[in-house]
Amino acid sequence: MERVPVLKIGDILLVSIQVDMQDQTALALQEDLADRIVTTGCHGVIIDITGLDIVDSFVGRMLSSIASISRVLDAETVVVGMRPAVAITLVELGLSLDGIRTALNVELGMELLARARAAESDDFDLDLDLDGFGSSATP
Amino acid sequence: MTTDLGLGEPQVLTIAADQDVVRVRQLVRTLAVATKLSLVDQTKLVTAASELARNTLVYGGGGGAEVTVIDGGRRKGIRIVFSDDGPGIADLDLALTDGYTTGGGLGLGLSGARRLVDEFDIDTAAGQGTRITVTKWAR
Repeated sequence: MERVPVLKIGDILLVSIQVDMQDQTALALQEDLADRIVTTGCHGVIIDITGLDIVDSFVGRMLSSIASISRVLDAETVVVGMRPAVAITLVELGLSLDGIRTALNVELGMELLARARAAESDDFDLDLDLDGFGSSATP
Repeated sequence: MTTDLGLGEPQVLTIAADQDVVRVRQLVRTLAVATKLSLVDQTKLVTAASELARNTLVYGGGGGAEVTVIDGGRRKGIRIVFSDDGPGIADLDLALTDGYTTGGGLGLGLSGARRLVDEFDIDTAAGQGTRITVTKWAR
């Protein structure tokens, strides 16, 4: 069985799917990614599907699962590079890819992750301030 | 030209393992390109074939796919017959409902595949196996 390589670039894990995956390969990728998120502490995952000429319900479900798993592990997933014909087919198939962020290419995907991370740390600062305010109010 | 396509000559593939689903996709893709289906129609047909080949494997316990380039007079098309000797489908209406699954999938394989092709015919009964015939025409 082939394995899809997972590359680490800075704070991001990049997966570029270049082969017509067997279902087992897709499942292995899901596990590999979960492991790599934990071992690297990366906060972003980009899955480049430029090389895929179809996304069926199995691969669609794998993409949704990866997004959910990485979210639980404090990482955000962006799927990039979907071909127009694939998008048209996915919608007609009835797959909505709920909860998956998408961008047109890897570069835009990285920007999206950077913005999401920045927004999240702003929220975090706000939470800290509120906590500080709360604790000073109670003697 | 027609001999290149093997017009009317069915190409038969056994579906017994994960990698056979990949082989079905590859054969259908090759013939869809040769038959000059548009890119969107190629994508739809290959996606439908992928769903149905996986169903043959997972629910039918394995079986076969017969792919034929057919001549409809002014246009050519591709016909694929998926057959298995599995348990069959007892309630066809239910099986064709979006989201219904007995296998832990998304329940879009059968209903979604039907939307992606031009003609869809299913012959099944409990204990009688399943035979699904799909056709996509070049426009």
